[in-house]
Amino acid sequence: MKPKLLFNIAQSLLMARWRQTLIAAVGVTFGITMFIALLSFMSGLNDLLDGLVVNRTPHIRLYNDIRPRQHQAVTKWPAYKNDYPIISSLKSGNVRQEIYNSGPIIQALEQNKQVLGVAPTITAQVFFNDGTVAINGVINGIDVAAERKLFFFDDYIVAGKSSDLNTIPNSIILGKALAEKLVANVGDVVQITTSTGTIFQLKVVGYFQSGLNDFDKAQSYASIQTTQKILGKSSLYITDIRIKLHNINEAPALAKTFGRIYGVDAEDIQTANSQFETGSFVRSLISYAVGITLLIVAGFGIYNILNMMIYEKMDTIAIMKAMGFSGRDVKTIFLVIAIGIGLFGGGTGLLAGYGLSVVINHIPFHTAALPTVKTYPINYNPLFYIIGISFSLITTYLAGWLPARKASKIDPVVIIRGK
Amino acid sequence: METILEAVNIVKYFYDPVKVKVLDGVNFSIAKGDFVSIVGKSGCGKSSLMYVLSTMDTDYEGEVKIDGVSMQRKKEKYLAKIRNEKIGFVFQFHYLLNEFTVLRNVMLPGLKLNRYSEKEVEARAYEKLQTLGIGELALKNAARLSGGEKQRVAIARALINDPDIIMGDEPTGNLDKKNSELVFDIFKQLSQQLNQTMLIVTHDPDFAAKTNRIIRMEDGKIVDEQR
Repeated sequence: MKPKLLFNIAQSLLMARWRQTLIAAVGVTFGITMFIALLSFMSGLNDLLDGLVVNRTPHIRLYNDIRPRQHQAVTKWPAYKNDYPIISSLKSGNVRQEIYNSGPIIQALEQNKQVLGVAPTITAQVFFNDGTVAINGVINGIDVAAERKLFFFDDYIVAGKSSDLNTIPNSIILGKALAEKLVANVGDVVQITTSTGTIFQLKVVGYFQSGLNDFDKAQSYASIQTTQKILGKSSLYITDIRIKLHNINEAPALAKTFGRIYGVDAEDIQTANSQFETGSFVRSLISYAVGITLLIVAGFGIYNILNMMIYEKMDTIAIMKAMGFSGRDVKTIFLVIAIGIGLFGGGTGLLAGYGLSVVINHIPFHTAALPTVKTYPINYNPLFYIIGISFSLITTYLAGWLPARKASKIDPVVIIRGK
Repeated sequence: METILEAVNIVKYFYDPVKVKVLDGVNFSIAKGDFVSIVGKSGCGKSSLMYVLSTMDTDYEGEVKIDGVSMQRKKEKYLAKIRNEKIGFVFQFHYLLNEFTVLRNVMLPGLKLNRYSEKEVEARAYEKLQTLGIGELALKNAARLSGGEKQRVAIARALINDPDIIMGDEPTGNLDKKNSELVFDIFKQLSQQLNQTMLIVTHDPDFAAKTNRIIRMEDGKIVDEQR
């Protein structure tokens, strides 16, 4: 049997009623268009919301936590080896916040294939002095290049340039809210007092706006070298190593491994921000549910039209059977018709969906939370397009299957004699 | 003479609305080159017999043999192939496919059979149309033809695979006198010139009178046969 002949017949049947075909296809097109646009838009927004926190959060953070020593003197005393000590008024010890051997650790991490990048940081608690007022704040000593690459640092700089931190000595980028409190313009000098009482003067080279106002009220950034100077520490002093991975899902397992190997505390993003993952999952679930509902509705449209077509084509089917086409041939013809509608409608739907996404992507959208976002976000993930076309083919196939089966079962004698 | 079609003790019932015996033990055979007509009153079972013989109706008792092969308990696909290869149909109502041109209509069974290439099938279809005097209609849409023209196209289509037998169910029933005669002349020609075997169900006595063999049916039985 030549499949070409069946395709040919299906095509002729389709073209003979092209208006009807078009309406069926438009149903699918609409479903796919909405599916693509909705999913791209929802997913874009999702990424944006996740990005608010996830962009700024390392996948794994290595640090030394302040806590009581694990091995108290009494547990090392051989006489009490088999006893369980109860110690009252246990205090946290004088743990060094510095990460030992930070240089080799960073080198080793950078060579790890699972690691996207490593950004060493120092945090310093300081007071910003504004006349008689002292404002509590934090200076984050950062490696500007790594910060830009891994944590999209430049996206949050609303004034000045991040690279000035490296080129201008004793410079600082202030959180926007903090700068407003200090009434510090770019180019001004602010005075800080460290926890040990040292007074420093730093030049403001930019503003930073994270979108979380509370965060911006206390945070500021300086280069690692400047921060080491402020704290009076050596150039090896690093308190945090922030790591980004290629695959965020590996974070919990790797955090444990790194913590054990390097003898530090390791916190993964899932533990630190579990609620974001849940929210993100629920949002995509909703958009998929809506998208698939649209496609199923389009599928019912196809089912109706094919059913109608079969009632109209009873004579044609009967005569084809009399001529020697088997029930299976007839079924194939109607399935080809259904899938043809799916392919055409789905294909146009992909294009229209892409077009609609582009339009949405150009609608202005201003929010204080995200200074660099000017229009609604769209995620142009090819996966949505693949799902869209596969699903349109599957729905049309299923929608065509029952009518096609019905057509294959038509008894030619009943039709021919019934005239 | 070589037997093409044989019916052995065919019994058939209609169940709707009540059980009625439409065919009551029909026995007969058709030899190669026979031009047979089945006549009888409306409801005597002549059409039912033809549809049983056509392999399209499988709900009967008894045996139908085409070219010596029994059609009992054969798969639907096999029967479709037999119809495609060995039987050509001409119905009362033209039953051309309106979605296609005349030429394509004639070609379809040939393309389905897939014995010749598409080019050859096309050439053969043209030739058949020419023989029936409607070659100039080949590229017209099937829906735009007159009744007589449609029936002639249907005959051309029945002939495309050089079938062992042509079956007709009231092929002239829907035509005026002039076209009836035209169609009959074609049948006659096929019978005489090509020695084509034909089985035609009709209630037109004029038509039947001109065939080589007349089978008369009454109440599901063959009551009379003339040569």
